[in-house]
Amino acid sequence: MAIEISDISKQFGKTQVLRGIDLSIMDRELVALLGPSGSGKTTLLRIIAGLEWPDAGQLVVAGEDWMQLGAKDRRIGFVFQSYALFPHMTVRENLAFGLTVRPKAQRPSAAQITSRVDELLTLLQIDTLGERYPAQLSGGQRQRVALGRALAIEPRVLLLDEPFGALDAAIRRDLRRWLREVHERTGSTTIFVTHDQEEAFELADRVVVMEQGRIAQIGTADQIHDHPATPFVARFMGAVIELPVTLRAGRAELKGVDTSALPRRPLGDGPATLFLAPDQVALEADPASPFLVTAVSSTGKLLRVTLEAPGLPVVDLDLPRLQARGVAVGQNFRLRPLAGAVFSAPRSASPAGLIEMTPVKENIA
Amino acid sequence: MTAAAPIRAKRVLPGFTLSLGTTLLYLTVVILIPVLALVLKGADIGPQRFWAIVTSARALAAFQVTLTAALIATLFNALYGLLMAWVLVRYEFPGRRLLDALMDIPFALPTAVAGLSLTALFSANGWFGQFLAPLGLAPVYTIWGVAIAMAFTSVPFVVRTVQPVLEDLDPAYEQAARTLGASDWAIFRRVVFPQILPAFLAGVTISFARSLGEFGAIVFIAGNLPFKTEIASLLAFIRLEEYDYQGAAAIALVLLMFAVVLLVISNRLQAWAARYRGQA
Repeated sequence: MAIEISDISKQFGKTQVLRGIDLSIMDRELVALLGPSGSGKTTLLRIIAGLEWPDAGQLVVAGEDWMQLGAKDRRIGFVFQSYALFPHMTVRENLAFGLTVRPKAQRPSAAQITSRVDELLTLLQIDTLGERYPAQLSGGQRQRVALGRALAIEPRVLLLDEPFGALDAAIRRDLRRWLREVHERTGSTTIFVTHDQEEAFELADRVVVMEQGRIAQIGTADQIHDHPATPFVARFMGAVIELPVTLRAGRAELKGVDTSALPRRPLGDGPATLFLAPDQVALEADPASPFLVTAVSSTGKLLRVTLEAPGLPVVDLDLPRLQARGVAVGQNFRLRPLAGAVFSAPRSASPAGLIEMTPVKENIA
Repeated sequence: MTAAAPIRAKRVLPGFTLSLGTTLLYLTVVILIPVLALVLKGADIGPQRFWAIVTSARALAAFQVTLTAALIATLFNALYGLLMAWVLVRYEFPGRRLLDALMDIPFALPTAVAGLSLTALFSANGWFGQFLAPLGLAPVYTIWGVAIAMAFTSVPFVVRTVQPVLEDLDPAYEQAARTLGASDWAIFRRVVFPQILPAFLAGVTISFARSLGEFGAIVFIAGNLPFKTEIASLLAFIRLEEYDYQGAAAIALVLLMFAVVLLVISNRLQAWAARYRGQA
């Protein structure tokens, strides 16, 4: 089902959680809502589910106005972060719940429900657990049951709130792949909320990055990674090193930084900020560079190198250890970024000393 | 070389012996010995005499009145107590805190005061009684009066056991049920109620047990007519006043048996209702 969200706003008390969200999601698409806590992503998901109501805006799904439908009648599958499995029902009863509560006229026969539940148990790969209670299941198994219970009603839209939040890393990876398969097999439109960018990019067709109740950027993993639309997105994607640079002819310039590997940006000359990820910078020995190595520590695989230069913020880099054998404290190095984002800085700095950036100025090479 | 001293595990919390000892002593003196005395007193008189006392027409009638009234009161408390707990937990309204506090009044009020005011309200010229009397429903001096007094003194047990469980219930359960298409009634019946059932059963049982034993509030409103509104504990009291210790003990022993049976049934029911918990 295609989902059209237009100009949705929502306020909780005095806090504005959503500020005019516009979003189109295609039929059968798998979309991630990505953002830090407080960005409004869960509220948006709950509005689509009908568990929360917006103060203003439109929500149209497959041509139907969902502002006229309650959660009960939207036929969505919602998977809660806490799973919310009914503790007094067995796995089978949980899975069958959505079918058994239908009004008599639409309710499948007992035999049909049983066979549907059998089908789901197989799909969920938990065939042997049907008679157990949720308290007797592991986290990963509960997650599967929660998803199965939502899928049982053949939802038109599948919504998941931090689906893998409470699971450990190995099970996460496993379930991610499996969720992708389930999504493709059932052909539903799926939206999930996460604060984990790796999860969002690995699983989703498109990622919606949210910031303080607004959509900061929509795109694929590569688009967002290579061309972050705002300084916020750049930071969120891991470009946590911020260097004040001067733009000249579309190229960032700073003593001790070799930006020749970065493409030119169609930005005007003047002060700007260069955003770099710690693992996307190479070091080249250069006694004339102001960047001095002040600390080196190893994690075995990576070498964490701390560089300081007068008047500049401290730079922490993560280099593959085997390619950085010559790096030692007391030496000077030139930074050679392999990737990075540049945003023009406005004329005046903010009082907090942070440099405010002009938002969404195109910086595509 | 000295022999290695045996390792003795140190308790993390100190004072185990002292605290357990004190508790057991208290339990023995205050609960166990009186109950034992009662049982011995009852056994003293021999089974035949015991049977004769508890199956005498007046005693049987008293048991019947007590049980019937307690059942009526408990039925009322079950419904009203559940509703009250629901209202206090689920709705935000002005005066909710006050209502919540009022719920404790039956606990705090001396039962004699409760009995007096209930009698005043329900007597033929009282605030409620003046409307009920013309309809032939005046409850004073009838078994309904007994039930009203019982209900008044024991309703908080249901409210106060259900309330915290309902408060702790994760709203996600209900939201999940709603997204799966459940109606309000289905959500209550299939998701909420089963989860508060153990607490509800516990509350209802205590309420019933309390009703069986209530004395102070009832004697004012019941009229205490033998064979009609005389309750078992009052009969035991009357026997005691007649210096018939054995008769009093026999009747009290039956009440004690009711209580024990009730507790066993209640525990079984609660275990059954909570069977899905903690069997990981």
